[in-house]
Amino acid sequence: MASIALKNVSKSFGGREVIASLDLQIERGELVVFVGPSGCGKSTLLRLIAGLEDVSSGEVLIDGRDATMLPPAWRGLSMVFQSYALYPHMTVRENIAFPLKMAKRDKETIQRKVNDAARVLNLQDYLDRKPRELSGGQRQRVAIGRAIVREPVAFLFDEPLSNLDAALRVNMRMEIAALHRQLGATTIYVTHDQIEAMTLADRIVVLNAGRVEQIGSPLELYRRPATLFVAGFIGSPRMNFLDGAEASRHGAATVGIRPEHVSLSASDGRWQGKVSLAEHLGSDTFVHVEVAGLGTIAARAPGDLDVRHGETLWVTPDESCLHRFDEQGRALAA
Amino acid sequence: MARAADDRHKWLVTLVAWGLALAIFFPILWTLLTSFKTEAAAVAIPPQFLFFDWTTENYTEVWARTDYLRHFTNSVIIAVGSSLVGLLVAIPAAWSMAFSPTRRTRGVLLWMLSTKMLPAVGVLVPIYLLFKRAGLLDTRTGLVIVLMLSNLPIMVWMLFTYFKEIPRDILEAARMDGATAGRELLHILTPMALPGIASTLLLNVILAWNESFWTLNLTAASTGPLTAFIASFSAPEGLFYAKLSAASTLAIAPIVVLGWLSQKQLVRGLTFGAVK
Repeated sequence: MASIALKNVSKSFGGREVIASLDLQIERGELVVFVGPSGCGKSTLLRLIAGLEDVSSGEVLIDGRDATMLPPAWRGLSMVFQSYALYPHMTVRENIAFPLKMAKRDKETIQRKVNDAARVLNLQDYLDRKPRELSGGQRQRVAIGRAIVREPVAFLFDEPLSNLDAALRVNMRMEIAALHRQLGATTIYVTHDQIEAMTLADRIVVLNAGRVEQIGSPLELYRRPATLFVAGFIGSPRMNFLDGAEASRHGAATVGIRPEHVSLSASDGRWQGKVSLAEHLGSDTFVHVEVAGLGTIAARAPGDLDVRHGETLWVTPDESCLHRFDEQGRALAA
Repeated sequence: MARAADDRHKWLVTLVAWGLALAIFFPILWTLLTSFKTEAAAVAIPPQFLFFDWTTENYTEVWARTDYLRHFTNSVIIAVGSSLVGLLVAIPAAWSMAFSPTRRTRGVLLWMLSTKMLPAVGVLVPIYLLFKRAGLLDTRTGLVIVLMLSNLPIMVWMLFTYFKEIPRDILEAARMDGATAGRELLHILTPMALPGIASTLLLNVILAWNESFWTLNLTAASTGPLTAFIASFSAPEGLFYAKLSAASTLAIAPIVVLGWLSQKQLVRGLTFGAVK
């Protein structure tokens, strides 16, 4: 287990800056998620930490030691790739054993560790199969097995679940969370899916266009987004934003209100509008109301609410839960 | 209607394919037939197709008059040797270009290929003099070197295409797992590229086997491969078509058998990059 620190790290590809100078401290045993839209630099940042890309400037410290110039294998990190990157010509056993073989460990140790990993990941029955004979979820487990046998000082996950179907993704997410609790290892996890970020992270780093927008625990980000970008990115359905007169009434350039802080009524309220879409999820109903002059406002209502497209409804925001932002998109103190 | 048109189309394609195959195969068939004719029948006008006096005397005479086995051994050593040495050079070359490309990689590849566009005869004199100086004239080592060099661009190109198909992630995973460049090549890259390497090897054995310019010009008696063996049948007194055909048949038979046995591998190898 190790701490990881980035000091003034930046990265440019042929003069185009993809990571602007950035500082980040990741504590031992912490699970940190890098989240952001595609192209925000989150994978590049992970690859800089892994050593698969060289930093353009700055330092990468692992447990306080400068690792900036170390080749990937010497950093003691393990990585799980989005494509799993299993060795297709090797069996599951050989795949998991590969890092140990490269570290020139003796045969008995290799065998014991591979069997241990297989037990933890429920892969015992598949050890002699080739990757092509496995399902997506099993391949993912093999990739994780290959990562854990080395007993790395930290795990790096690069969008590990995005090639899996929705149901499997939820399962694997829970398995990764359980594995993290069990091993207690420092973990950096990259995803574009804010639900994965919210459910897994001790801390989330929200990236946008190569810059850190905000760092904080999932609930901090949710409750007190520091920027307009974070406010819109974290939370589903996304926060409603209002500008113009409604925002200046609250002394801001933009105000935001989450769907769960908007109440609906058939008889009275702040604004009147027509239902443009009602999404019935069973547990909740997300109602999108078209308000003249303001745009569409989403509201979260109980699952048994019976509303239909075209109905007229009143919407009322809970003003104590408003988020206010200035012209630059920075949050204003409440 | 549509089905009738489909059927007609299928017939047409089959017919054209057979026509082409026969046209390509005809010279080989004719050589084979001629090798069983007498010298008189071989040059008879009009040509005799199947109805002639079949004889095997050409083969007995060719066998008696020459040392087929020595030429055959030379061919095997030169073709297989130059292909194996070529692989040793081409694998690292193609590997570095496929996985650590620079701005000039494309240019280097094209430059390598462009050397194949140079007529070999253009460099015959310098090569001949170099070989003479180095004592490589009429040696199998010399032929292995020159054939290896002349086929190297094709080997590098083929391997480059195969290596390009290997996902980058897998190589990065190997680097994370602690594989050095050498072990990455040994444990990951080579096994994954093995089908491609095998077809490269096969194709180059065939190319080197059939190569006649260098083998004829740089050898005399002792190290001539089968190409030199065939050429020795064009005597100053004229061509003995029947014996020449028998010699040709003997020379191409081993490579035809090899090609036949490995056709699956060859076709797979040659279409590897195309169908994925």
